[in-house]
Amino acid sequence: MNINLKIWRQRSASKSGDVKKYRLENIDPNISFLEMLDILNIKLVKEKKDPVAFDHDCREGICGSCGFMINGQPHGPQRATTVCQLHMRAFKNEDDILLEPFRAESFPVIKDLSVDRKAFDKIISSGGYVSTNTGEAPEANSITIEKEFADEAFLSSACIGCGACVAACKNSSAMLFTSAKVAHLSLLPQGQKEAKNRVTNMVATMDEAGFGSCTNTGACSAECPKEIGQINIARLNQEYISSTLAGFLKKKE
Amino acid sequence: MTEYNLFSKAPKGDLYTKWEDYKKSLKTLTPEEANKYKVIVIGTGLAGASASATLAEQGFNVHAFSFHESPRRAHSIAAQGGINAAKNYKGDGDSVMRLFYDTIKGGDFRSREDNVYRLAEISKSIIDQCVAQGVPFAREYGGLLDNRSFGGVQVSRTFYARGQTGQQLLLGAYSALSRQLEKKKVVFYPRHDMLDIILVDGKAKGIVTRNLIDGEIKTHSADIVILATGGYSNVYYLSTNAMASNVTANWRAHRKGALFANPSFTQIHPTCIPVKNDFQSKLTLMSESLRNDGRVWVPKKKNDQRKAVDIPEDERDYYLERIYPAFGNLVPRDVASRRAKEVCDEGRGIGPTGFAVYLDFQKAIEEKGEDFIREKYGNLFDMYQNITDENPYKTPMKIYPAVHYTMGGLWVDYNLMTTVEGLFSIGESNFSDHGANRLGASALMQGLADGYFVIPHTAMNFLAQESPLMGDITDRQEFKDAEEKTKKEIEKLMSIDGKLAVDEVHRELGKIVWDKIGMARNEAGLKEALAQIPKIKESFWNNISIPGSEKDVNQELEKALRIKDFIELAELMAYDALDRKESCGAHFREEYQTEENEAERNDESYKYVAAWDYSENQEPKLFKEELKYNNVKLKTRSYK
Repeated sequence: MNINLKIWRQRSASKSGDVKKYRLENIDPNISFLEMLDILNIKLVKEKKDPVAFDHDCREGICGSCGFMINGQPHGPQRATTVCQLHMRAFKNEDDILLEPFRAESFPVIKDLSVDRKAFDKIISSGGYVSTNTGEAPEANSITIEKEFADEAFLSSACIGCGACVAACKNSSAMLFTSAKVAHLSLLPQGQKEAKNRVTNMVATMDEAGFGSCTNTGACSAECPKEIGQINIARLNQEYISSTLAGFLKKKE
Repeated sequence: MTEYNLFSKAPKGDLYTKWEDYKKSLKTLTPEEANKYKVIVIGTGLAGASASATLAEQGFNVHAFSFHESPRRAHSIAAQGGINAAKNYKGDGDSVMRLFYDTIKGGDFRSREDNVYRLAEISKSIIDQCVAQGVPFAREYGGLLDNRSFGGVQVSRTFYARGQTGQQLLLGAYSALSRQLEKKKVVFYPRHDMLDIILVDGKAKGIVTRNLIDGEIKTHSADIVILATGGYSNVYYLSTNAMASNVTANWRAHRKGALFANPSFTQIHPTCIPVKNDFQSKLTLMSESLRNDGRVWVPKKKNDQRKAVDIPEDERDYYLERIYPAFGNLVPRDVASRRAKEVCDEGRGIGPTGFAVYLDFQKAIEEKGEDFIREKYGNLFDMYQNITDENPYKTPMKIYPAVHYTMGGLWVDYNLMTTVEGLFSIGESNFSDHGANRLGASALMQGLADGYFVIPHTAMNFLAQESPLMGDITDRQEFKDAEEKTKKEIEKLMSIDGKLAVDEVHRELGKIVWDKIGMARNEAGLKEALAQIPKIKESFWNNISIPGSEKDVNQELEKALRIKDFIELAELMAYDALDRKESCGAHFREEYQTEENEAERNDESYKYVAAWDYSENQEPKLFKEELKYNNVKLKTRSYK
């Protein structure tokens, strides 16, 4: 198949960028999208031109490194799929394909399609953990957890932190990302002791990092390659309200 | 040239109490004292993140470096199947002793008793630790932790979180690390490559890094350096490792005097999605746990072009069940891989290339139901379907072995210290626990054992006997020289101006390593590899092209710096495989096999760890660490 690529090229955060056109011919529809970009890059290197920078690593859909906009959609057209797991058979011969970096104030462009998602680490650092030192843990089976809750916690914890939710949101909100971690830990007895502080701190950090507000459009879950659900946001809100309410009542006393 | 007299420094005494007794004898520091020391950790996967978090909890000031943007991207995240622990929750007779024995036997008696026993012992604490962090392991309906079985063993001791165990464990270690970031006990340097180790008076006291965003070359000093940089499977070009996984940090340490042990012990995983075309950039693993319910077979007839469904039961050869009735589809990885190669070499392989075998779930689906299979392996089946465009619930999977893990690595003593004082190596990056073959679900166990429970004790003991640097020493001449050398190397690479992309050279190298130092090796092939690799090296230094500037993001330069080291490593692997005139575990020398095509070990002459010293433009020099077995009897591995 032949394709016509339009790719956002930007040398660094401080330089301005623009869209450049590239045409690739005789592409095997069974190769992955990133292998198609590998072919383009080898071609560019041979022409002594700067290859397209993009983040990627495991190419198994789990490390969360890859991710950019394909024709306006984070990770492209296929449901529940990271870019690295997308194959060229999802496109047609002679398709025009536009590639742009995730656009969000909190995700500055590093180069071309690569963005800086450091803000996600900050959110986790502000409370996305259980405070236990190595060696302090009790015997594992002394804590029993209903299978239902363990499975639910797993589904929330399956977030890969790719940032597609932020890129999909018209407000660039990080609510889905943050709520997935809050929900994962608050569903488990280990995480409940710190639940109140966790949610207030993580939400505050999220706001400080410049992410927008959540207006419940659901675009984030729709574009999430791991199908992290809206129920996480509901859980965060519930935790947040009970946390602020508890703070309010304490003040009154 | 330095002469090394290698011994493990494991304390004397009873195997069963050795580690606990040793820990009591180690020197400790209070958090206030520890606060005077700075520790550099390279790599923030399972081993690096768990070590960084724990050392920070003890009071040390940790500076953690990764080429990733976040610790959560490390390749540990991709581990699927599970983590072993001798909890004996199933009451099936498991014990520390049994896990110890399985691991020693699985490694074909080429690992150290003391290290492996310690690993088995610590395995239990790892599960406790991870559960306390909130790792959502799979559970039974009664709320207790669930287990499954894995290759090479006959008990159920593998803890798992669907097919994403590595992800959940890494996120656990990352959360512990994040907590220390918030407390400012860890400083994290994202998108930094480590390009050299700096020695002061023979001790590791610093590193040279390249910032991958602006290209800045910088030195950093510390009281000790810990390498947690993973394995080198990407020397084969195609492997299940992530694209950027590399040997550079280890190789640079090797060039500075850290001996490299058993480099040719590389694990070929039996169940990967087969190579489909020349553009393939990496291979995808299908977890070994699938062999619990999947049956491996090929047609009995050669060149059988029929579809799997059209081949009747009596014309199928379930060869693992046939050859190994006791373990069946659950034989260790090296055995399953070699047998797959053998049936394909006979012309009975399937699929368009003939280099694949079936992994069939038909029987399990009939007996246990599709929902049961979906619950257990859902994400793996989805991944398979997405990549191959075939539905494994309806037609059997096609699989073939691929490089997955490297047992070899930097030589370390019982304290996980390399032959360079103050330089430690943990997780996959060292050679220590898996001998000539690693059992499934043991990599996660080792990474976390080293990081959470071994290095915090042994590094503290080392530091307690060192006076702290108390401040930056990067103005010393050693640091300036190292920085200058790294800059020159980059300048040289940037000036090559040839016609080849770095990936093309890498692919050529990979072909040689796969053909000659892959699943089966022989003297002639290894000698050919030694003749061909220098030509690859020459081509690299004359023909590559790196566009752009070294002062910007330059992913071609990053690759070039890594391939350069892979080329040198490939040569060492060939020397190592050539030296070892026996077959053991994953190292299968065709000249040394039994009549039944099983590995023929030679304990009399090769019961040693081969640790190699680097010497520029000369053959590497071999030093041997004799392995002693006081608690297990050396036996021929049998899975029949």
